[in-house]
Amino acid sequence: MKAVITVTGKDSVGIIAKLASECAKYDANIVDISQSVLSEYFAMIMLADIDKLSIPFSEFVDILSNTGSEKGLAVHVMHEDIFNSMHHV
Amino acid sequence: MVNVKDILETINMIREENLDIRTITMGISLYDCVSEDEDRLCEKIYDKITKSAENLVATGQDIEKKYGIPIVNKRVSVTPISLIGGACSPEGYFKIAKTLDRAAKALGINFIGGFSALVQKGMTKGAENMISIIPEALAETDFVCSSVNVASTKAGINMDAIKLMGSTVKRAAFLTKDRDSIGCAKLVVFANVPEDNPFMAGAFHGIGEPENVINVGVSGPGVVSSAIARAGDCDLSELADIIKKTAFKITRVGQLVAGEAAKALNVPFGIVDLSLAPTPAVGDSVAHILENMGLESCGAHGTTATLAMLNDAVKKGGVMASSHVGGLSGAFIPVSEDAGMIAAVERGALTLEKLEAMTAVCSVGLDMIAIPGDVDEAIICGIIADEISIGVVNTKTTAVRVIPAYNKGVGDYIDYGGLLGKAPIMEVNRYSPARFIDRGGRIPAPIHSLKN
Repeated sequence: MKAVITVTGKDSVGIIAKLASECAKYDANIVDISQSVLSEYFAMIMLADIDKLSIPFSEFVDILSNTGSEKGLAVHVMHEDIFNSMHHV
Repeated sequence: MVNVKDILETINMIREENLDIRTITMGISLYDCVSEDEDRLCEKIYDKITKSAENLVATGQDIEKKYGIPIVNKRVSVTPISLIGGACSPEGYFKIAKTLDRAAKALGINFIGGFSALVQKGMTKGAENMISIIPEALAETDFVCSSVNVASTKAGINMDAIKLMGSTVKRAAFLTKDRDSIGCAKLVVFANVPEDNPFMAGAFHGIGEPENVINVGVSGPGVVSSAIARAGDCDLSELADIIKKTAFKITRVGQLVAGEAAKALNVPFGIVDLSLAPTPAVGDSVAHILENMGLESCGAHGTTATLAMLNDAVKKGGVMASSHVGGLSGAFIPVSEDAGMIAAVERGALTLEKLEAMTAVCSVGLDMIAIPGDVDEAIICGIIADEISIGVVNTKTTAVRVIPAYNKGVGDYIDYGGLLGKAPIMEVNRYSPARFIDRGGRIPAPIHSLKN
């Protein structure tokens, strides 16, 4: 199972490093990253494997969201099932 | 494999277009609570509800987190109380209402539905006792919702019950006069009431339902509205396709959440209700969908046609997205809960008569409509009878939730805040149907009810 992590906000040094280290800490394996910076605006979508996640998913959601807000970023973590349900018959 | 476009579309629907799950409603049977002793009955009801739905709110919150989608309401519906308290006095029924309220507060849910009676063909002593205490029950509780089914296509229309409901609505308005007659916002009069409806105020756990069940109501007028706006000047066949595709996506989320909730709570999944339910929030309005389809204002001639098309396309798109569809399943047009409807009434474009015509082609009925407090009881009965006959003759659900706002007139507003919203008082036709209402009796079932 995978989680989709979306990150938006003002660009700064170490965004990916910070979030990636949080993922590593809780055994979420990042499998894909798509990222773009438009002038100063940062937008990223990460796909992380959460099969071996060491904490409940809802806690992981909160931790990443808090990590993001420390850096002034909006971080949303959603289970991939919602996208699969909506966009695939 | 998910792609970036799909991810962004979903996120945009949730964050910008108000896509949400309107409600997870847990149906709970109370048959095993029946007792001769009123206090014992209340005790058993409280225990059964608080035990069965113990984890409902927490589970709802977990699912919200998991999928990043708001679940606006967590609710409980119970077996119609008129049946459970069949031996109760009116005071006994009042105690039950207080018990339901106490259980709702203990669970932290938003509403509890089922202070209900089914009297389409006639009234039992128990139903009569319960209905007689509805105004007091609604005035003295915060979360209890009440409904009465007064007609069905099979049974015809119980005009005695409608007469009783006219006075019940008036008294509910009076007893909550210091709160803009909010009692009436928690009371619905139905024809052909569905037994698995997750939406309030009309939800109850029907008599053929299992011990417990999870029903889910989706929302998403904002998503449909934006999709139509993006489509530009396409023709109506294309527009219907766009609505269908959007409804499919919305409903899939409902199905996902329903399945997840059912699994987590170890309760069978019942149905997904395909209704487009608006909220007073900007960009979450059914009226704005109709306007995006091409009306200058909701209420203009053409409104019924746009709504008929919208309602049909939503069902066609939604039905394939869910394994079981039920409840009300149609577009809602509550005035106070829809910013576009409120604006249409304010500019004089939308009248009570037009709203009535609209209810012939969508669910549910005259919903959350504020009328002057001095409107005669017989006129309220007339409003109910008209609306109910639309349901009976068209073999569909219709309902009336009118609020004769005590001491208020045209130009005034009722304002409840939150999901119930606010509404301008609308004038009604003041000619009297009193002699017709006073005749009493039953209007026979229509000929097309004889299908066997």
